[in-house]
Amino acid sequence: MDFSQYLLSILIWLPVIGGVMLLVAGDGGDARSSKASTMRIIALGMSLLTFVLSIALYKWFDNAETGMQFIERYSWIPALNAYYYLGIDGISAPLILLTTFITPLVVLTSWDVIKVRPAQFFAAFLILEGLMIGVFSALDGLLFYVFWEAMLVPMFLIIGVWGGERRIYATLKFFLYTFLGSVLMLVAFIYLYGQTGSFDMFGWMNLPIGLTAQKFIFIAFLLAFAVKVPMWPVHTWLPDAHVEAPTGGSVILAAIMLKMGGYGFLRLSLPMVPDGSAYFSGLVIALSLIAIVYIGFVALMQKDMKKLIAYSSIAHMGFVTLGFFLLWSIQSGSSGAGLGMTGGMVQMVSHGLISGAMFLCVGVLYDRVHSRQIADYGGVANTMPVFAAFMVLFSMANAGLPGTSGFVGEFMVIIASFKANFWFAFLAASTLVLGAAYTLWMVKRVVYGEVANDKVAELEDLNMREFVVLAVLAVAVLVIGLWPAPLVDMMNVTIDQLIQQIGQSKL
Amino acid sequence: MTLTDYISAAPEITLLGLICVVLIADLFVDDESRILTFWMTIAALAITMWTLLTTAPTERLVLFDGSYVSDPLSQILKVTAVGFVGIALMYARDYLRANHLHKGEFYILGLFGLLGMMIMISANSLLTMYLGLETLALSLYALVAIDRNNVTSAESAMKYFVLGAIASGALLYGISWVYGVTGTLKFDEIAMALAANPEMNSLPLWFGLAFLIVGISFKFGAVPFHMWLPDVYQGARTPVTLYIASAPKLAALAFTLRVLTDGLGGLHDVWADMIMVVAVLSLLVGNIIAIAQTNIKRMLGYSTIAHVGFILLGVFCGNDKGNAAALFYTLTYIVAAAGAFGIVILLSRRGFEAENLSDFKGLNARSPWFALMMMFLMFSLAGVPPFIGFFGKLNVIDAVLSSGYPGLAILMVLASVVGAFYYLRVIWYMYFEPTEDMAVLQSSADTRLVLSLNSLAVLALGIVPGWLWTLCSQIALSIR
Repeated sequence: MDFSQYLLSILIWLPVIGGVMLLVAGDGGDARSSKASTMRIIALGMSLLTFVLSIALYKWFDNAETGMQFIERYSWIPALNAYYYLGIDGISAPLILLTTFITPLVVLTSWDVIKVRPAQFFAAFLILEGLMIGVFSALDGLLFYVFWEAMLVPMFLIIGVWGGERRIYATLKFFLYTFLGSVLMLVAFIYLYGQTGSFDMFGWMNLPIGLTAQKFIFIAFLLAFAVKVPMWPVHTWLPDAHVEAPTGGSVILAAIMLKMGGYGFLRLSLPMVPDGSAYFSGLVIALSLIAIVYIGFVALMQKDMKKLIAYSSIAHMGFVTLGFFLLWSIQSGSSGAGLGMTGGMVQMVSHGLISGAMFLCVGVLYDRVHSRQIADYGGVANTMPVFAAFMVLFSMANAGLPGTSGFVGEFMVIIASFKANFWFAFLAASTLVLGAAYTLWMVKRVVYGEVANDKVAELEDLNMREFVVLAVLAVAVLVIGLWPAPLVDMMNVTIDQLIQQIGQSKL
Repeated sequence: MTLTDYISAAPEITLLGLICVVLIADLFVDDESRILTFWMTIAALAITMWTLLTTAPTERLVLFDGSYVSDPLSQILKVTAVGFVGIALMYARDYLRANHLHKGEFYILGLFGLLGMMIMISANSLLTMYLGLETLALSLYALVAIDRNNVTSAESAMKYFVLGAIASGALLYGISWVYGVTGTLKFDEIAMALAANPEMNSLPLWFGLAFLIVGISFKFGAVPFHMWLPDVYQGARTPVTLYIASAPKLAALAFTLRVLTDGLGGLHDVWADMIMVVAVLSLLVGNIIAIAQTNIKRMLGYSTIAHVGFILLGVFCGNDKGNAAALFYTLTYIVAAAGAFGIVILLSRRGFEAENLSDFKGLNARSPWFALMMMFLMFSLAGVPPFIGFFGKLNVIDAVLSSGYPGLAILMVLASVVGAFYYLRVIWYMYFEPTEDMAVLQSSADTRLVLSLNSLAVLALGIVPGWLWTLCSQIALSIR
């Protein structure tokens, strides 16, 4: 049976249906009951099944195809000319694979850590997974917005119900910040709808728009995406949300939700308002460089491990936005523009893996000691040698060591920024020092040295479940670091086409 | 007057006849078997609904010498009103029985209120409108005071009555000015008179118009004529609040559309500004003050004011798109409002009135299902997709934007972000806070079923909102 034409719908709705099943079945209020274990197994099964199906997506994905693939298009709201319109290209496919890859790992990590209402917890993650895949595959503006906003609901609950001490403050801040950012995008969408009479994104891409309107639309988009990425100075929700979220929530937040912002720039801002993007590209580059340098210094001073990784995420995501917006600073005829954009995309995928892994490492420690403070640890390598090996590997990757995926994206973006402006490259390259400083300093204080206290002395090394999760991520980080070609090939054609499209003024 | 006139007015006539039957039958029912009155009331509503559906107008019919109109707008509003009065009475039943308030009067007044709404919805002259409005208002005053031994209820009924009487006076005064200038009370004749004599569009008519807008704003509870609303919502017993919060909004919408679009459509330039000021104030005041509330009924009261702002901004556009958006918003809003108050009622039990936000603490532990339902309703009211409230807001924003007011559109979305906070707070209490009160929710199976369907409707409608929007757009074309 050829189900490739429904594959995207299956990927979206399978986890959602799984989540609804878990919600309806419930766990009887007891995390240790056999019913709760059944629910865990169903959650893992559903997420694994989704992952397996996404491998089919990878197999059938045609790297040479310039247009959208796996297209599904049905009338949804005829009165508004809105369609249930799905399709993917080289930008969205890697992010969908990242989503389906990370979710089973998150389910595994949270296996017996979640003591309160586990069925609802896993249901929230499954529903979230479906909605995130929906965001990456929606080609209809209204459908995109529905997935984009609906996604906030499960995340709001994940942080609020299963989070740390200040979870309520953190989750409200998360919700209101992102909601505020996206409502203005909605106004821009409705404006574009008013111009073309449909929510079709390709109609919006081909619509000529005046420069003033483009500027306003760009700002509306920028607010929505900058909050998600997050860019300085609208990043303040992220450290709070990360610190308070349960480990699984932090992983999803860092690995996938932040990528929505970058994806939004590529899918909406750049092709729809190229002249507005050109006009504001200097601003975006400046904000990205501030994120890379200033936030790098902020990360250096953190005492809380999760906060440190959260700030390092902001700095790394600065590379993504920097890579995307270098286009206009680079002399035409040079290949730097594509390099910057591809670098940004590789950085997104790689950061998804590395930051996810880093949060998992902190989660492993937190589950044992119930502290995230760097000062509470020291000499972990003595009691947890296997864990220490993983933690050091991921930290090296976070610092951008060659051979790991962290290096590839950053290196591409730095090369591209050299072609644009020496000072851009100079500031961007400072991350090689800063990133190494804050990550390795943390590793030194946590992993190495003498055993700091009794709690560390009593630590037990990784159990099987944790080992599997970290090992899978480690392999992924190394594979992309050593052989990024399959990933780059996937997006090459799409990015070339995107650059061509951006090059055409819409005035 | 011909037979057609009576056939078209059959729903109202049937309802009035059935009210008299229930009223008399209720005299012979003693307190133990008062449930009979409830079922008689539901039967009366069912028969009225059946009559409505069988006499559905295919075109716009103006009857009884032009004082009554039957058109697609009146049809959909009446069907929804009958349905939601039924739902309101259904949610009320268990609560009233538990609190020794289970009296026949509650149902009779509910039915009389419905009659008033139906008359308002079908009014084609200012006098018919006034007649329906007073029938509705008098029933509501009495309903608010139904628990006569309760000081707050009595106080809020008094407030409602006095303020309502003043608003009615202002409305009547405005009607007399409009009549004085145009020489007629019927909406279509007013429109014709205005078209024939452009010089009528002058200060005396605007003066009358201002008073009509005072009447409309009072009925809807729009700022600055909203003072009664939070007090009444809080003071009335919860089932009465539910009643006031749902179906009468439909009548108020009919009132607005008939007067402003049907009758005074030619004066759009004049009334648009007034409506805009009222609507924007409602949006801001409603959303901001709601944040400070600790009483959920009062909070939902202020949130109603904010939603009214959205409805009025749809009307403000003065075109088919705007009217359709206002209609869509009203219909979907009352679904969510009825559900939300239904859950407040569900949490109350004998001797315990769930009215503080803190009463929602830990609802997820007590009843995960109804916590989930309440979450759907709150997200719908906050305008988060995929719930239906989002599409209501989308349509109004679209109408405002296509009428050329981007600033207003931005203000509306920013106001919704402010509004999101207090809806989220309900979810926060339900999901994030522990509770000591683990009392089991008491209600009968049929109420639970209706309440669940009511709440799931905000999700189902949000996933397939197309048909309702098509329907509303078609109906808007039939409004002149």
